[in-house]
Amino acid sequence: MATMTNPPRESFRLSMLIYDTRYRSLTIQVIALFAFMLLVAWIISNTVQNLAGLGKEVEFGFFSEPASYDINQRLLEYTSRDTHLRASFIGLLNTLVVAVLGCITATVIGVFVGVARLSRNWLIARIMTVYVEMFRNVPVLLWIVFAMAILIESLPSPRAFRGENATQSLILNDSIAITNRGVYVPEALFSRSLGDVRLFGESSLRFDVSLDLIAIIAVLAASVFVFRRIRAWAERVQNETGNRPTTWHFQIAVLVVPTFVLLATLGFHLGKPELKGFNFAGGTHLRNSLIALWIALSLYTAAFIAEIVRGGILAISKGQTEAAGSLGLRPNRIMSLVILPQALRVIIPPLISNYLNLTKNSSLAIAVGYLDITGTLGGITLNQTGRELECILLLMLIYLFISLSISVGMNIYNKRVALVER
Amino acid sequence: MQKSVFYCALAAAVVLGGAAGAATLDDVKARGNLNCGVSTGLVGFASPDASGNWEGFDVAVCRAVAAAVLGDPQAVEFIPTTGKTRFTALASGEVDMLARNTTWTFSRDTDLKLDFIGVNYYDGQGFMVPKALGVTSAKDLDGATVCIQTGTTTELNLADFFRVNNISYEPVPIETNAEAQQQYLAEACDVYTTDASGLAATRAAFESPGDHVILPEIISKEPLGPVVRHGDNEWGDIVRWTLNALISAEELGITSANVSELAGGTNNPEINRLLGSEGTLGDMIGLDSEWAQRAIMAEGNYGEIFETNIGENTPVGLARGLNAQYTEGGLIYSPPFR
Repeated sequence: MATMTNPPRESFRLSMLIYDTRYRSLTIQVIALFAFMLLVAWIISNTVQNLAGLGKEVEFGFFSEPASYDINQRLLEYTSRDTHLRASFIGLLNTLVVAVLGCITATVIGVFVGVARLSRNWLIARIMTVYVEMFRNVPVLLWIVFAMAILIESLPSPRAFRGENATQSLILNDSIAITNRGVYVPEALFSRSLGDVRLFGESSLRFDVSLDLIAIIAVLAASVFVFRRIRAWAERVQNETGNRPTTWHFQIAVLVVPTFVLLATLGFHLGKPELKGFNFAGGTHLRNSLIALWIALSLYTAAFIAEIVRGGILAISKGQTEAAGSLGLRPNRIMSLVILPQALRVIIPPLISNYLNLTKNSSLAIAVGYLDITGTLGGITLNQTGRELECILLLMLIYLFISLSISVGMNIYNKRVALVER
Repeated sequence: MQKSVFYCALAAAVVLGGAAGAATLDDVKARGNLNCGVSTGLVGFASPDASGNWEGFDVAVCRAVAAAVLGDPQAVEFIPTTGKTRFTALASGEVDMLARNTTWTFSRDTDLKLDFIGVNYYDGQGFMVPKALGVTSAKDLDGATVCIQTGTTTELNLADFFRVNNISYEPVPIETNAEAQQQYLAEACDVYTTDASGLAATRAAFESPGDHVILPEIISKEPLGPVVRHGDNEWGDIVRWTLNALISAEELGITSANVSELAGGTNNPEINRLLGSEGTLGDMIGLDSEWAQRAIMAEGNYGEIFETNIGENTPVGLARGLNAQYTEGGLIYSPPFR
């Protein structure tokens, strides 16, 4: 031990930062970082200085001014006297609506098409190939505009429903009107409604929550809980005695009866759309703009998801299918019990990025006049107040926040389905 | 569209100060052409003809400015802008001036840092409906679906009009006049609202203009005029006095036909000053003495421009009305050239 000597410590010289390979890469990185920060600082200071030169300092006071414009699709109450902040909030909800609807339908269609494209049926597989290639290779903006044009040009206007010799009539027992201004469907009404609770007082983010809806969700959740307990009990009995008690009628009753009783107490009835004046009144109005955007985004993204699903399935070795087949499973069950659960691990990460794409693509909404957050905050508000920088920055932050939220949520799900390695 | 807004904003952020500070006149002269922001296509005001040449009432103002500054009315690059992109295009320096049915309002003039250099058309917002609907007044429009261009003052007027009259409506926001036309003709909306002149121009492009009526109500004041950036007063003066030259020319009886003859000198000193045979008005705005002569020669005086593009003998068919010279009961009035 005593014989061990420390090598002579070379004293650090400045030139070693360049000539010594141990430090060189560090030096280059530090320089690059500084250069980058300088560039950013230059852009920021330039912007601030130029805006100041124009007498336009960055400020967000305009948010509390009245917006003065109307928004057609509003999930919460809003009038043109509300503030720009409120208008942006309504727009944000519209973005979220189309993003959520789009993600759900795109996934359903995508999985179906992805599986069908691998079908042994030649015709089905070819049709799906054509669908995927068509939608993947045309810009989504064109699909959105195209969907809108079809809705506007091919469907009848409300006027065709009017008068003695109307050329059109409502479908499904006079309850659904399909017009070139959108689809009117019956709405749920409660004659003995519990009313609404208002969250956040009178602020711009006020939010009315229907107590009826909460009651229905609570009852449904309780029903599902009991339903599961019955199933667990049945399984326990089966494990102990070998006989599974017949429970399906209980289960259905538990699911259905409480909800029905609640609906009856609340005085549930459907409000049908009726032609009144220029338009249909009553019912829920699904506007053309929403439908066109929803359909186009779903079909477009579904084409990508289909390819991801197909890739995921192909990644599972053929032996798995054969092994499952030799156990006597039918093709349907092989797919749902053996292949898809394994394929999910491959599918989910690229699926996340497709959800993000769909959400970001929804900002093309103004092409069909759907007032999402880009249309309100980044469109009319920006234009009427002339605050480009503030609006665009905020808009970018909001999209960033939405995207990161989706990412986090999907990553948590991904962790749950990922292969647990031991 | 979204992208362009974003790039414009970014460009605006980075370039604003430089563009606002520099002399636009020098830029235009160095470039050799004028970048003029016009609408994306509104028959009579600004639209490309079959061979791609822009023509119209607003286009003529651009041509007159180009003729005055550069000596060539064709040295204009027309940049179509939507209601949403126009101000960013101007603020970022992408265009030197806007001649695009833009309403002069307080906040645009002050808060948006723009300068309206005058009014070339006194307008007001109106409504157009198909005759078949049998509507005779805008107050009968309760529950109607209304097509409207976003990013315009009409959007705000519309909200106010319906709110004040306590009637409901369903707005359908759209980007350009062409889209509005498509939706309106497909009956996806009952009503189209914009400036009355724009309605007349749009209707003129329909297959059967007679099937549509413009309702009598005019719900707002819309003084439309060319716009320049705030802060470059020399350039603002040039555009302002070019427009005034066109207006004065009509008042003084100078037309594109007789301008060369009158430029030789007359016994009316105002004509002489305007056309440069007397005084040094050109020098005062940094141009030569024949600037106004060229501006008038480009497309004629104000009255000629009106008659060839939107007057009663054109498909648009607008009467002079408020836009007649003050001597004939209108509001068109140029300060004196002195």
